[in-house]
Amino acid sequence: MGTQILRRLVALVPVLVVVGIVVFLLVHVAPGDPAAVMAGNEATPERIAQLRHDMGLDRPVWEQFVSWVSDVAHGDLGESFFLNQPVSESLVQRMEPTGLLTLYALLFSIIIGLPAGIIAALKRNSWIDRLTMVTALGGVCIPSFWLGILLILSFAVWLRVLPAAGYVSFLQDPLENFRYLLMPAFSLGLQSAALLARVVRSSMLEVLHEDYVRTARAKGLRDRVVLVRHALPNAMIPALTVIGNSLGTLLGGAVVTEQVFNTPGVGRLVVVSVLRRDFPVIQGAVLTIAVVYVLVNLAVDIAYAFADPRIREQNR
Amino acid sequence: MMQADGLVLRLSPSSSSRSSPWHWVWLLSRDSGAVLGSIILVLMTILGLVGPYLTGWDVLKVDPMNRLLPPSGSHWLGTDGFGRDMLTRVLYGARISLLVGLATMIGSTVLGTAVGLIAGYFKSIDGFIMRVMDGFMAFPSILLAIAIMASLGPRTENVIAALTVVYLPRIARLVRGQVLVVRQLLYVEAAHALGAGSWRILLLHTLPNCVSPLIVQGSFTFAFAVISEASLSYLGTGVPPELPTWGNMLHEGVPLMAAAWWMSVFPGIAIAVTVLGLNQLGDGLRDSLDPRIQER
Repeated sequence: MGTQILRRLVALVPVLVVVGIVVFLLVHVAPGDPAAVMAGNEATPERIAQLRHDMGLDRPVWEQFVSWVSDVAHGDLGESFFLNQPVSESLVQRMEPTGLLTLYALLFSIIIGLPAGIIAALKRNSWIDRLTMVTALGGVCIPSFWLGILLILSFAVWLRVLPAAGYVSFLQDPLENFRYLLMPAFSLGLQSAALLARVVRSSMLEVLHEDYVRTARAKGLRDRVVLVRHALPNAMIPALTVIGNSLGTLLGGAVVTEQVFNTPGVGRLVVVSVLRRDFPVIQGAVLTIAVVYVLVNLAVDIAYAFADPRIREQNR
Repeated sequence: MMQADGLVLRLSPSSSSRSSPWHWVWLLSRDSGAVLGSIILVLMTILGLVGPYLTGWDVLKVDPMNRLLPPSGSHWLGTDGFGRDMLTRVLYGARISLLVGLATMIGSTVLGTAVGLIAGYFKSIDGFIMRVMDGFMAFPSILLAIAIMASLGPRTENVIAALTVVYLPRIARLVRGQVLVVRQLLYVEAAHALGAGSWRILLLHTLPNCVSPLIVQGSFTFAFAVISEASLSYLGTGVPPELPTWGNMLHEGVPLMAAAWWMSVFPGIAIAVTVLGLNQLGDGLRDSLDPRIQER
């Protein structure tokens, strides 16, 4: 197991190198001059040239890359053009909403998707199965940001029971925090719930036809025991993959959802920075999210290896 | 939605009757989802092309006297903040969405196939190419699209380019996987023994085996691209804001939500219906082209 984890960690190195190059190049393939953007509309050419020199933009590209990488390695993501604060600081300030939003969305998708898939499989071809699958199809086809808009329209504008936008810190008031994240997390998580329900249903159907389930039934075990002890654990393995994958999808989707609900997270920071071409923030935020995404996927892979006895045995 | 990765390829090169387009049409016509999906897409295309001329209103004409009118007999879907007819604009929006989706699908399929074929066939550069692809796949897809748009600026071509870069690695990985299996097969070895060159083997003997999974993946890529374009435009980082696309309409509609719900509702329905059509078609294609499922 240890060597397996080590091997995966080593495999991360080239991925992170490519990620670094892509993020670095974002600024350098951009048309226009970052120094001119930063200096503003009324800057003199001298001022722009001075800024360009200060930012190191007049040095060869590879030199800029090396110094950027060494800065990043020291945790220095540069300074925002607009916020008057280091990028790393502004990212840290905005991590709580993004983290909680992703987490709640994941919980929603599991709480909704898992039972829905299991029930649909057990009651195959009944009205409840059809209803679940039609809802799941809708969940896959409806863009999550539009679902968010519909929720705001229904629960904030018409019914006035939930806040349309904004955020209260978890540390300040966990309950109020949940009230603010309820609609964003639901709209973000529904698509994953739908995918999960579909996968759980089909893997349950497959497992329920296996010989060992029939054997368990034949030896007189009660349905519930057969389900909980024999069918579910095996049906859960594909579900784990879906849950793992959706964690990454949700992290990316949070960028759009935060914009819909005006949640002050990393994603909203990215969008705002794109609109005003605040490149250091864009680079820092994209790099951070990509690295978190890579690490989350690594953790999922390892968890998956632990959960599946077939893979566990191989690694012994 | 990435089920196409699991497609099993046909182990023999396609015989002429199976690969004829009519055979596929016949297979598809037996799948109700595929039929529904095709009907939706054909309708959307026709409505997008012809519809804006049939409503009697102009897509761009501003009419301040009639702004924010609710749906009525003369404006079926109401009017927007500039008094423009929403129905005409929603119909027109199909053009840009379908164009971006189609172009992204073609771009990422062609380039991804080329990269995948080369990586799968030439062992010396396989590792390098696939590590680069892994690097691109290490970004959440919508975030990578936003980042590229930040760099290139809001233009329709740039949306297509950004989404092509986002989906290309997935296609490349799919094709490479197929090539790795196919190149072990006896008939490829036979072709090699007969003196066929690498390119001939790649194009004539390997590529045909990738066609069915690529078609299936293509319809899902199309669906992703439609949603992604709408998301990008909604965020203000997609196509230029003056173009009537569904994402742009939602971008304009949301601040006016309390006064004009129709601006936030109808463009979204158009997106959802289009994506439904594409997903249904994709599911149908997968079920009819995957021999594993047919045997059941």
